Amino acid sequence: MEPTTPENAPAVPPVSPVLRPGHTYASVTDKISAIVLVEGTRKGWWLGFVIAFALLMVMHYAIAMVLSMGVGLFGINIPVAWGFAITNFVWWIGIGHAGTLISAFLLLMRQKWRTSINRFAEAMTIFAVACAGLFPLMHMGRPWLFYWLLPYPDTMGVWPQFRSPLVWDVFAVSTYATVSILFWFVGLIPDLATLRDRAKKRISQIVYGVLAMGWRGSALHWRRYEMASLLLAGLATPLVISVHTVVSFDFTIAIVPGWHSTIFPPYFVAGAIYSGFAMVLTLAIPLRAFFKLEDFVTMRHLDNMAKMLLATGLIVAYGYMMETFMAFYSGNTFDRYMIMNRMFGPYAPWYWLLITCNIAVPMTLLWWKSIRRNVAALFVISLVVQLGMWLERFIIVVTSLHRDFLPSSWGMFYPTATDFELLFGTVGLFFTLFYLFIRYLPMISIFEMRELVHKTSE
Amino acid sequence: MADQRDSKKRLDLVNIRTQLESSHGQRRWRSLEELAVTAEYRDYLHHEFPYHTEKGSSGISRRDVLKLMGASAALAGLTACTKLPTEKIVPYVQAPEEFIPGKPLFYATSMPFGGVAEGLLVESHLGRPTKAEGNPEHPGSLGAADIFGQASVLNLYDPDRSQVVVHNGRIGDWAGFLNAMEVLRQELAATQGAGLRILTETVTSPTFAARLAELLKQYPKAQWHQHDPAGRDNVRAGARLAFGEIVETLYRFDRAGVVLALDSDFLCAGPASVRYAHDFAQKRRVTSPASTMNRLYVVEPAPTNTGAQADHRLPLRAAEIEGFARSLAGMLGVKASSASGGTPPPEYGWIGALARDLQKHRGTSIVLAGDAQPPAVHALAHAMNAALGNVGNTVVYTNSIEANPTDQLQSLKALVADMRSGQVATLVILSSNPVYSAPADLEFQENLLKVNQRIHLGLYEDETAVLCHWHIPETHFLEAWGDARAYDGTVSTIQPLISPLYEGKSAHEVLAVLLGQPGRTGHEIVREYWKSQRSEKDFEAFWETTLHDGVMAGTAFPLKTVTLKMVPGSASPQAAPEGGLEVNFRPDPNIWDGRFANNGWLQECPRPLTKITWDNAVMVSPKTAQDFKVANEDVVELRYGGRKVRGPIWIMPGHADKSATVHLGYGRTRAGHVGSGAGFNAYALRTSDRPWFGSGIEIRKTGATYLLAHTQHHHLISQEGGEVEEESVAAEHRKVLRVARLEEFRKNPDFAKDPASQTTQAQSLYPAHDYSKGDQWGMSIDLNSCIGCNACVVACQAENNIAVVGKDQVSRGREMHWIRVDTYYEGDLDNPRMYNEVIPCMQCENAPCEVVCPVGATVHSPEGLNEMIYNRCVGTRYCSNNCPYKVRRFNFYLYSDWVTPSLYGLRNPNVTVRSRGVMEKCTYCIQRINAVKIKAEEANRSIKDGEILTACQQTCPTQAIVFGNINDPNSKVAKLKVQSRNYGLLTELNTRPRTTYLAKLRNPNPEIPEGEV
Repeated sequence: MEPTTPENAPAVPPVSPVLRPGHTYASVTDKISAIVLVEGTRKGWWLGFVIAFALLMVMHYAIAMVLSMGVGLFGINIPVAWGFAITNFVWWIGIGHAGTLISAFLLLMRQKWRTSINRFAEAMTIFAVACAGLFPLMHMGRPWLFYWLLPYPDTMGVWPQFRSPLVWDVFAVSTYATVSILFWFVGLIPDLATLRDRAKKRISQIVYGVLAMGWRGSALHWRRYEMASLLLAGLATPLVISVHTVVSFDFTIAIVPGWHSTIFPPYFVAGAIYSGFAMVLTLAIPLRAFFKLEDFVTMRHLDNMAKMLLATGLIVAYGYMMETFMAFYSGNTFDRYMIMNRMFGPYAPWYWLLITCNIAVPMTLLWWKSIRRNVAALFVISLVVQLGMWLERFIIVVTSLHRDFLPSSWGMFYPTATDFELLFGTVGLFFTLFYLFIRYLPMISIFEMRELVHKTSE
Repeated sequence: MADQRDSKKRLDLVNIRTQLESSHGQRRWRSLEELAVTAEYRDYLHHEFPYHTEKGSSGISRRDVLKLMGASAALAGLTACTKLPTEKIVPYVQAPEEFIPGKPLFYATSMPFGGVAEGLLVESHLGRPTKAEGNPEHPGSLGAADIFGQASVLNLYDPDRSQVVVHNGRIGDWAGFLNAMEVLRQELAATQGAGLRILTETVTSPTFAARLAELLKQYPKAQWHQHDPAGRDNVRAGARLAFGEIVETLYRFDRAGVVLALDSDFLCAGPASVRYAHDFAQKRRVTSPASTMNRLYVVEPAPTNTGAQADHRLPLRAAEIEGFARSLAGMLGVKASSASGGTPPPEYGWIGALARDLQKHRGTSIVLAGDAQPPAVHALAHAMNAALGNVGNTVVYTNSIEANPTDQLQSLKALVADMRSGQVATLVILSSNPVYSAPADLEFQENLLKVNQRIHLGLYEDETAVLCHWHIPETHFLEAWGDARAYDGTVSTIQPLISPLYEGKSAHEVLAVLLGQPGRTGHEIVREYWKSQRSEKDFEAFWETTLHDGVMAGTAFPLKTVTLKMVPGSASPQAAPEGGLEVNFRPDPNIWDGRFANNGWLQECPRPLTKITWDNAVMVSPKTAQDFKVANEDVVELRYGGRKVRGPIWIMPGHADKSATVHLGYGRTRAGHVGSGAGFNAYALRTSDRPWFGSGIEIRKTGATYLLAHTQHHHLISQEGGEVEEESVAAEHRKVLRVARLEEFRKNPDFAKDPASQTTQAQSLYPAHDYSKGDQWGMSIDLNSCIGCNACVVACQAENNIAVVGKDQVSRGREMHWIRVDTYYEGDLDNPRMYNEVIPCMQCENAPCEVVCPVGATVHSPEGLNEMIYNRCVGTRYCSNNCPYKVRRFNFYLYSDWVTPSLYGLRNPNVTVRSRGVMEKCTYCIQRINAVKIKAEEANRSIKDGEILTACQQTCPTQAIVFGNINDPNSKVAKLKVQSRNYGLLTELNTRPRTTYLAKLRNPNPEIPEGEV
């Protein structure tokens, strides 16, 4: 048999590259660092930032009101004692998951295509966790006592109640936030050094210089860097699974029909990654258009992410099916009523909208390559999925609570202005942080792209 | 000593010497140890002056400065914002006997309600009344109280109460009033009191009656009128019709096997309702399959709590009830009741079976008619009782307990006529609000303005007060001396628990001014009246005993033999059922005729069956709603006799068709901050010729809607009532409420047991707690006895400092009641069976709320209580989500009133006033448990069964709630829990509730097929 050589290799289906050919180390560095250092603040950036900042002010207003008046400003009541706050918390935490998955899990899997989306996906994680973290705080009756959930050495010898999943949540989310920030920052150090070296303004040189922590690019530095990022990736990867599993425990540990279910952990993790990838798409598509980054974030990336959407979306769909099936298979009156009430009760329109957004639309469309490679369609689908995933959490939180065991205690939840202020306010927080990020930090990892240049040129 | 010395470390004398030498100047030292600064010396110093050693050399530490600053700021604040009482503060030189600060004292008194005394025992903490309980010595109470009695304490502290004398709209003073009255007296003396009119409520008080008589003797031309908007004119007229004189009818429900209530809510309304509920429940208590049970038939237009208890309930328009009574009387052989022949019309349903049932229970049955029914129905009821041989057995008669039994409406009409013609020169209105509550056609307001001098005494500066020249703030009954008769005539004393909070005067005192004795106090007046009446040698001892007991022994009226004079031959003009829609006027179940409109506890207490708070509504049957194409909360315009009001619709399953019911007492304009503006004024439609019901009302849709805040059916009931059904169907599936017919129970005593619900402790993931030792608290609630009267709800609110949240918050599902009465319907929408279920905390042994609390703010006590630690709660509300009974309540805002000074006195000092952001819940009144525990521990004994009464249990008129130690097999509660009817709610969840229920039994007439309820 003839030895296989590049010349006579069978024709492999052309895979779009993860980096448009023709780039050199210098062109990559120039292109990405110029966004921060050379191009300056653009009009479009200002427009987006001002809108986001205005929303952030709305959030501040809502927080001030809730702190001074009380959580009565939300639409919650007895029996629906959790409402938008918990819905938003789970939603934001879920969104963060894709970033960690891309930066850590795919790193360990040696998926090179992750390189160009990794940086901003991880920034997205941190900002989403920041938004998420606000909600459990704000929904507390007495938020100023939040530290009672921490196991600190109290003079009275009082400890948190470790059987409560809310305590597990505190650990899960704070660990997640810490590891994500560390991972993100460590990954930024070589690029911060690049910016330091290229900056012309004194102030930029100082700030980037301080942040670069004395990075000189020596072999020793690189060796340590590689070790640290591998270790952090190793730490972060299980978090992708564990954080949302613990979040799902908030529900499964309770006895409320519609919450008390063993399927929640995998289905929550899949849902988290589902919504997270949708968010990455939502961010990546305008970014690459706006900053002309099509060379770095190629159709290959979008296609891959769409496939991730499809895969996780199918898991989520399976979760819904099983939930419904088990309600009937178990023969449990309460579970059966809960499902029927979800489908045909007062919140039925929202349930069916959720099914449409999460299953009907993406699961039919994403099978087609033409859709997966249609940037506009993907953008719309990513928004639809995010709405769907928000609705999913809303349906889980509210419809399970509003009609539980004793029919006499049934009630309804109607969101208030404050509920929406805080939801859209955190969207403002997220985008404010994100706009600052794209303005002042390299949104694509420069040195990893250089590695990619090296690899693709071989 | 020597040993001690040896044990010490040797002193390093050389070192000390060098130290002394090296130190500059004169140094004084006390001991060698001090110089050596040994560890021993430091220890000694630390033990002697534990706080000293830490201090720096500056002498005063930062901490101390802050402490002093804080303390002085606090002191400065104290002087700034507290108005110190002007009286001299002298500590007790000789402390009153039994007065121990921190321990409450109880005093017997009575609440006059519609003139009749409701016996109360009021708890007093350091001289301020905090909680009213029923007086066990009182025949009308037997230790229980109704919602009005329970809520009366709040009225005392109501910041909206009238506080000063008002003269011509300006602040006046009592001295000015006395001067004016002196002038008036001189005028009156000249004219023998011509033009002087006194308008009071119904009066049963012997003292007050005697004083009035004195006044009328002094001024022979003066006249006294009585006005009670929810009065009992029909009862009096019915007695006069039947017997030729006005007598009091007393029913002995504890002897009755069959009861027929004709539009009578005898369990929850009327002066004897607490006693009647107690007696009625006696005959409904079933302990074994061998027990018997009474049977209740109710015919009524609008569902009431009594109707909900009925074994057979027939919705009939109020006007048709006379026909029903006539028909029944004919069947029972009452002579001379015309129009009774022939077969009864089909809408009378089971009347034949009822007649046979009554015949079977001759001498042990009761037929009674409600206050709203015309005199003819009352007379027919008297005649039927006579025909059934009930008189003397279950129905007895006494003289009227009223001082002057009369037709009050006629008397009011006469007064208004005189006012109109200018014959009334001076009108003294005592504790009445006729401008608001008089029938609309009398135009009381216009005519009142024709009176030269108008004087008003009242708790509030109300609608009438603002139109009067003089308004005198009235003392609350907890501030005043007085007396009144109980339903059976027993004299009940009213003694103050606190001196008047404001410049209040009692009616006795105002009358004394008119009598020219302005200095006389209420105490003197009442005491001297009784001194003149009684022949006891030792009056002091007698008086002391009377005050202690709250009742004057042996003053119940003797039974009276009456003879039936005649039975109304022809139907009264009201009775002929006219065409068109009927309207019923009924006192509100909670705020009655409007007098409690400013009482937040009563406003927020969900109305029986409808669960509406803060409002009244136009109640119609589902069919009528369909006819008029109206849905819940649709605002309609009611037009009746040329008058109109607007109110929201409430579809009431079980209401009679072609009939609407409106509750009086709402639409107040000057009730106070709480009551003004709530609901609509049904008095505006009420006329003097048809005070209770009438035909020909028009309902017009306005297109507007009005939010009604209700606590149970928080979703709209659709026009067809589908939602009500859904809720009740779900309740049925979930076996929330277990009901059986008496025969079913006899066949299968274990019907309430649910085999699926038998769970064991072993099914828990967490280690089992040992509940086999010590006192283990539990509760049993007999659904068969519970009448849904809400007394427990208000009692709990009073005992546990539960906040009132207001209509807006209730409509958002944030009411705070720790105990609630759930209502479920069963069967046909037009005449469903109605069930009440009282839900306090279940105190689960495997409490789902406890495991999910992240800070351990809700924990289990070794005595099986699920305790709530307010201080620790951070307000995640997870516990409430995980509570399958939804008995936890959350302070979404700062609900407790921390600022109104007058409310400080109201609070139970043994219960924390909750702050914003914390969860709260029923504790089985842990403060009461602990109070008794301490007492028992002091005496080194165990707690006796029944020694601890929870607030809900204590006030329950039917004793449906029993609390106690379930580890003691002889306790009442343990005995109830082994009954076969015992079941727990949602026990399949393995919550192991400590509160359990005794299943409900119905006792329908086997002759009447099940479909026909």
